[in-house]
Amino acid sequence: MKEKMGTTGLIFNEPLLWEKGSPGRKGLSLPRRDVDETSLDESLAGDGPDFPDLSELDVVRHFTKLSQWNFGVDSGMYPLGSCTMKYNPKTNERQASIPGFAGAHPLLPESLSQGALALMHDLQGYLGEITGLPAVTLQPAAGSQGELTGMLIFSAYHKNKGAPRTKVLIPDTAHGTNPASAALCGFKAVPVKSGPDGVLLPETVAELMDEDTAGIMITNPNTLGLFEHNIRKVAAIVHEKGGLVYGDGANMNAVMGIVNIGDIGVDVLHLNLHKTFSTPHGGGGPGAGPVCVTPELEPFLPVPRVVKDGDTYRLDENCPLSVGKVHAFFGNFGILLRAYSYILSLGKHLKEVSQYAVLNANYIKEKLKGHYHLPYDRPCMHECVFTDKRQQEHHVATLDIAKRLMDHGFHPPTIYFPLVVSGAIMIEPTESESKETLDQFIDAMKQIAQEAVDCPDCLHESPQFPKVRRLDETAAARNPCLRG
Amino acid sequence: MKAISELKLPEDVRYTDDHEWAKKNGNVVRIGISDYAQDQLGDIVFVELPEVGSTFDKGEEFGTVESVKAVSELYMPIGGEVTAINEALADEPERVNSDPYDSGWMMEIKASDPAELEALKSKADYLEMLKG
Amino acid sequence: MRYLPHTQEDIQQMLQVMGAADLDALFSSIPDDCRRKDEMALPDPLTEWELNGHMDGLASLMGASPACKVFMGAGSYSHYIPEITRQLLLRSEFFTAYTPYQPEISQGTLQTIYEYQTLVTRLLGMDVANASMYDGASGLAEALLMTIRVSRRKRVAVSHAVHPLYRRVVETYFAPTEFEVVELPVAADGRTDLSGLKDLGELAGVALQSPNFFGCIEDLEAAKKSIHADKKTLFVVAFSEPLAYGLLKSPGACGADIACGEGQSFGIPQSFGGPGLGMFAARQQLVRAMPGRLIGKTVDRDGKTGFVLTLATREQHIRREKATSNICSNQGLCATAATMYMAAMGGTGIRELSRLNRDRAEYLKSSLAAAGYPSPFSAPTFNEFVVRFPNGFADTWQALLEKKIVAGLHLGPYYPELSDCWLMCVTETLSKNDIDALVKEVVK
Repeated sequence: MKEKMGTTGLIFNEPLLWEKGSPGRKGLSLPRRDVDETSLDESLAGDGPDFPDLSELDVVRHFTKLSQWNFGVDSGMYPLGSCTMKYNPKTNERQASIPGFAGAHPLLPESLSQGALALMHDLQGYLGEITGLPAVTLQPAAGSQGELTGMLIFSAYHKNKGAPRTKVLIPDTAHGTNPASAALCGFKAVPVKSGPDGVLLPETVAELMDEDTAGIMITNPNTLGLFEHNIRKVAAIVHEKGGLVYGDGANMNAVMGIVNIGDIGVDVLHLNLHKTFSTPHGGGGPGAGPVCVTPELEPFLPVPRVVKDGDTYRLDENCPLSVGKVHAFFGNFGILLRAYSYILSLGKHLKEVSQYAVLNANYIKEKLKGHYHLPYDRPCMHECVFTDKRQQEHHVATLDIAKRLMDHGFHPPTIYFPLVVSGAIMIEPTESESKETLDQFIDAMKQIAQEAVDCPDCLHESPQFPKVRRLDETAAARNPCLRG
Repeated sequence: MKAISELKLPEDVRYTDDHEWAKKNGNVVRIGISDYAQDQLGDIVFVELPEVGSTFDKGEEFGTVESVKAVSELYMPIGGEVTAINEALADEPERVNSDPYDSGWMMEIKASDPAELEALKSKADYLEMLKG
Repeated sequence: MRYLPHTQEDIQQMLQVMGAADLDALFSSIPDDCRRKDEMALPDPLTEWELNGHMDGLASLMGASPACKVFMGAGSYSHYIPEITRQLLLRSEFFTAYTPYQPEISQGTLQTIYEYQTLVTRLLGMDVANASMYDGASGLAEALLMTIRVSRRKRVAVSHAVHPLYRRVVETYFAPTEFEVVELPVAADGRTDLSGLKDLGELAGVALQSPNFFGCIEDLEAAKKSIHADKKTLFVVAFSEPLAYGLLKSPGACGADIACGEGQSFGIPQSFGGPGLGMFAARQQLVRAMPGRLIGKTVDRDGKTGFVLTLATREQHIRREKATSNICSNQGLCATAATMYMAAMGGTGIRELSRLNRDRAEYLKSSLAAAGYPSPFSAPTFNEFVVRFPNGFADTWQALLEKKIVAGLHLGPYYPELSDCWLMCVTETLSKNDIDALVKEVVK
């Protein structure tokens, strides 16, 4: 395909919900009244919320039109670095909507919940096998809550040893959630500078690690898409001082079947099921953030634990060292179920997932490095990071490049992250994309690099095709209008 | 962003290494951020200031200034008790961008040690620092 | 494998570009002692059809609605989900998009969440709502931490009638901190007893749930007066059944500073307890202390209305360890479902549905009372209530289960002092006939 993929399409305007409708319309089939009306103390009764009344078709058209203003993985390539925007298989939705699961109450007796408990038990086993950390909790509702759970485990572990600690080491390449999660548990985040080639140096860690430091949080592969090859040495230094190693599994998609995370010195790892295990991105959630730990740390995992006794499954609350509960029930079961469905669909092919994800990223890196500045020119893992250094000469910035990609029919990569790279353009193609699609993306990026030289204003004025053009974020923040 | 030669750096205020300024104004000392600081931050969308009556030491954090995608801490140029804050910044934080030394001032304090003011940088010293 | 598009030819061509001999060579940056030597012990892949069979088999082991008549709420409610919610939610532009970082091509998500924020503020009578938290339990924990940030105090009070599992999550969040949670007792009528409030010292916040775990509607206006006797204390109103606010006076109208709770009732399947939806709203003055993401209205270069993520400086990716929370996402899809549900229901629909829920629950409550099993609590209730069986109920409960009727939740494990009590719930999915069938067995 030679033409740019983006066009203006047929996009409809659509007002806000409450600018539509007419009082008395209904979009919902209400059950017949079969009991008498009762009265309620007037001091407790309200007038009911001021929602617009719409018909069923009003609602259908409204959200259909809105959906058409969105770009999803099903629309096109979505190389958002660090977010692993892979294909969300349709069969996962079929499985999640089976009435036996969708209509299941979480507090029914175990005898009526065996299907869900069996699924959770097996999923724990698979995640334990994939990561090499055999004790698993599925309870955290998102990666960030997984991190919080990990930090709670750090805190409980040291407290149980009789010597609470106050600090946690966090590399400068880390996601902002790492320090925020550590702070929630009362830890002071101590930044660790990465070395000149973008990875942690054991000597830097050795200087900072002491007996008041609970441990270190490492993302591996890191946010530059590089494997932290000193991980074993770093882990040994931390363990030597009685600390623990936390692995941020945000980038697990690069190393399934390639690295046994438990084997390289990591004690606690969270996974993002919406990244590596294909659950829907959903406009920002819901996620699920299982946490995998070493057998030594199992007693600290949240309760209840799902255990198997003979042929039956049950929930075990009797774990005195547990950090407690992080979710009212058992976590985002509907998401766990989709990840389970993905793992069963791929089975042993999961290793190929990582191989192809890395193949795709390196292919893009090789093809674009003559056109964009590549700050760390080494084999990358599942993502590669470029910058706008060359385009800056023509007053074109990362933001302009990103916006222009929309006109070409692609979602932009992650931009201005990681913070340690100025003007970062972080590309993660995932294994889902075929060579043809990658070639189209590479062509678009090359054309944009050329445009930066020939017509910088074409980039400053982009995007042209979406429903709206660049939005005034300053005005939005100065005078916040958060409701209609 | 402005070139160093384009920066407005009045002679009658004193500057800190963190780009705040302080100026004696009768019995009180007025505090704000320099033209260089506002230029580096870009469009300012919010200024968080302490309550009148709070006391801070020199170098202590007294508030934050936010642009759309960044937050910077504000540090006391000298120690003292807050006697007034610039209420107008709540609705018009952009004053810090357009007029950092006058209508974009942030707060007034009663200095605990007026001598601290003299220890701050003069325009010439501050300019020297910016030139690196 | 149908999800992986790579042919052997593609792979060879791509490897040539980077001068790598084989796929293994791509991992040369991983030192040998970090490489996994064994293959992962995972099962052989299932075809789509095998997977369907396997999952149907597991699901058949579940005792779920509608096959069972479940008179159990306690934070997870069986409500009808209109087909349009299910189908519109599967629009893949919503379904497969991520966080709307690039607003120009995310206006669908952004306008929807802006509408969600608006409808939540209207439901709860509050000024601002965020784009949602994980669930009702973590939302409450975050609300309490927020009261501590705002007031700079260290102690919060939570009613004993707040969902016991929510309280356990709060306990977990507070365990590693220097902050303290104290509990407020329950009075004889089933509502929170606030008479001892003034003896608790300086409180950052006080949290009640309404309807509370026992289904009782708290007197929020009276509570507000006691709580705001100390001007710095923030009043947090939690909930697990948002449908109640189709009928009840809203938390905002009763003077709440923060309202937070579970939104699962609004178009989200129960799904064994998750994913749910943490609704979270506050007074305008507190907006910068709020956790979670916010969508705001603005204009584009041509003056056209559009929506963006805003006030992001509160969040972890900018403020890192000083952020208002570590949360990175929202329950995007669940918030979208709730928006579609609220839109379909409308103001008229929510009121009618809300009434029907209460009226059917009242019918069961009065039928049981007439049979000699009154509620131990006198406070008015919504669609849940506690009933006492002084001579035990376990056998009858088991007998009902044989008939695929789940007759409520035994309160003993949660409240030892109520070990002869069960918590019953009736929603619109249970008809008068279903209720009569339950009562018939109880009376037997």
